Amino acid sequence: MATTIQLNKIEKRYEAHIVIPGIDLEIKPGAFTVFVGPSGCGKSTLLRMIAGLESISGGELMIDGVRVNDVAAAKRGIAMVFQSYALYPHMSVYKNLAFGLETAGYKRDEIDRRVRAAAETLQIKDYLPRKPKALSGGQRQRVAIGRSIVRDPKIFLFDEPLSNLDAELRVQMRVEITKLHERLGNTMIYVTHDQVEAMTMADQIVVLRAGQVMQAGSPLELYNAPVDQFVAGFIGSPKMNFVPVQIADATGVLLDGQRIETGQVLEGPVGTPLTMGIRPEHISVSDGTGQAIGEARVELVEHLGVSTVLHARLAVGAETLIVVLPGQQPCRSGDVVSLRTDPGLCHLFAADGRALRN
Amino acid sequence: MAAHNTVATSNARKQVAAGGWLWGAVRRNGAGYLFLAPWLIGFFCLTLGPALVSLYLSFTNYDLLTTPEFVGMQNYVRMATADPKFIASIRVTLLYVALSVPLKLAFALAVAMVLNRGMRGLPFYRAIFYLPSLLGTSVAIAVLWRQLFAADGMVNSLLAQFGVEGPSWISNPNYSLYTLVVLSVWQFGSPMIIFLAGLRQIPVDMYEAASLDGASPARQFFRITLPLLSPVIFFNVVIQTIEAFKAFTPAFIISGGSGGPINSTLFYTLYLYQEAFSYFRMGYASALAWVLVVLIAVFTAFSFLTTKYWVHYDD
Repeated sequence: MATTIQLNKIEKRYEAHIVIPGIDLEIKPGAFTVFVGPSGCGKSTLLRMIAGLESISGGELMIDGVRVNDVAAAKRGIAMVFQSYALYPHMSVYKNLAFGLETAGYKRDEIDRRVRAAAETLQIKDYLPRKPKALSGGQRQRVAIGRSIVRDPKIFLFDEPLSNLDAELRVQMRVEITKLHERLGNTMIYVTHDQVEAMTMADQIVVLRAGQVMQAGSPLELYNAPVDQFVAGFIGSPKMNFVPVQIADATGVLLDGQRIETGQVLEGPVGTPLTMGIRPEHISVSDGTGQAIGEARVELVEHLGVSTVLHARLAVGAETLIVVLPGQQPCRSGDVVSLRTDPGLCHLFAADGRALRN
Repeated sequence: MAAHNTVATSNARKQVAAGGWLWGAVRRNGAGYLFLAPWLIGFFCLTLGPALVSLYLSFTNYDLLTTPEFVGMQNYVRMATADPKFIASIRVTLLYVALSVPLKLAFALAVAMVLNRGMRGLPFYRAIFYLPSLLGTSVAIAVLWRQLFAADGMVNSLLAQFGVEGPSWISNPNYSLYTLVVLSVWQFGSPMIIFLAGLRQIPVDMYEAASLDGASPARQFFRITLPLLSPVIFFNVVIQTIEAFKAFTPAFIISGGSGGPINSTLFYTLYLYQEAFSYFRMGYASALAWVLVVLIAVFTAFSFLTTKYWVHYDD
């Protein structure tokens, strides 16, 4: 039976400095939840508070309905994988895996059985006699995960575990952690600043900014319906384009003097400044469909094979937009292209960053 | 004849070439050698030279006034077979090393661990705790120590407040060495600073992972702190042991140079000093000095040989 975690007005203060002003959040049993946000947003602090490595200044942390604010880290049934792996360099891989079980007083046979089972699962059986320094980054990460699974915890916490790996290994480990979650079914919380990791791994993403939850939901909810400009800019790669517009009439806005039909009823007087968000993959070039945005000069072309990324400056207004076109396009720097988009896929944000929706 | 001349010319050319190369090297690197000169002069004249002379003198009878008389291994044989004071000084020194080094290091580590907990005013406490190490080997502190542990000294006055009549710590052979051990432990500042630097190198993640695994502070200390600190412990053990073998001033001041009472503070170096400057047996004193060098070298070599069993290097 997987575990529920509930955060009720959780606060973290360092004397007068408030890091987390009060978070309410529910993490459903067995969910893979990703805390994502820019550096310094408090995501690691929040994870460490859940782990019991940081004290909780206010509010309640409930695990399966039991308040655990004052319960020692070791008694919360939590295992954590650290960014630095935190492997004991003087112990063999076997000893690293066995350390927690020895501490908990398991018998030698049981320790051996669990260590070998975890090693089998993570394909590190051949490395058991080695010291961590004799392992590659990916192997060390596997050992770190192995150390957490041998104890059969209720909850797994991951604190930016893939940050020290190269891009290829990161993709591989991402898949392995996702598969591990599917196999074990435990509640897992994963901290990252990489929104691609968040989008690919999460059942639920929690976007944090300055210690506050900006939005929590499934990856596609956040992608399709961000609650504000920050979330809209943070989720999606390349990030969403933002262009200044003004209300033209009840349903249209003006972009550099050109009316764009938004398909939603706009409140506010004509001329009210808004921001329009258009995802790069929702812009097309001169194919005649959708709403015209305007003419733009291509400044840079990135040929990725599977797609072509244009950096194009609008002829009027001088905004630079990023455009992702499918496949391999014959565009070159200096070309003038006509940009179009589907207004139904565009987002409008008020001056305070709040998303406007009907 | 012609061939002979050719060879001679060739040799002369080689010599000129070699001389030219040497002169060229000196000219090229003259400034470097000039800067090195103070150390080179000091090393050859004040360290290597006297050391080699003392090695020679250790095989002689020499009283400073007459010419050294070569006696072969006689000094070393006497040491091993007919010198009870040599054996006594070895016993006192080994006991001093065995007590003072572990106690000093344990104390230094304990204080370093307290200071490592991120307390306020850490630089101040660090300086205060380091101060005895700066003063510790001075004559003034040894004199102060003598006053503190005298029969009517401050320690006994303090004990008297609790109704305890303390002995004369310094003049009682049962206690005199221990006052010197206490003085040595009091000078824990230097190893403490090194321990503190070592503790700072241990990643906090290790302790956090261990605490999530349920490891108690004691288990964390024995299973994480000590192994990860072992290179620093090893360094401190070697340095402090060598220092302890060489300890001289406190015993000299506190015993008035006699090593008494009843040879209880007759450190090896103090006995060496007596032989050299009280009895002017420079040859025998030189032999004693070389035995100390060998003792320290054997201990150091042994320490290095054991490192593979208990010192954990990360890389």
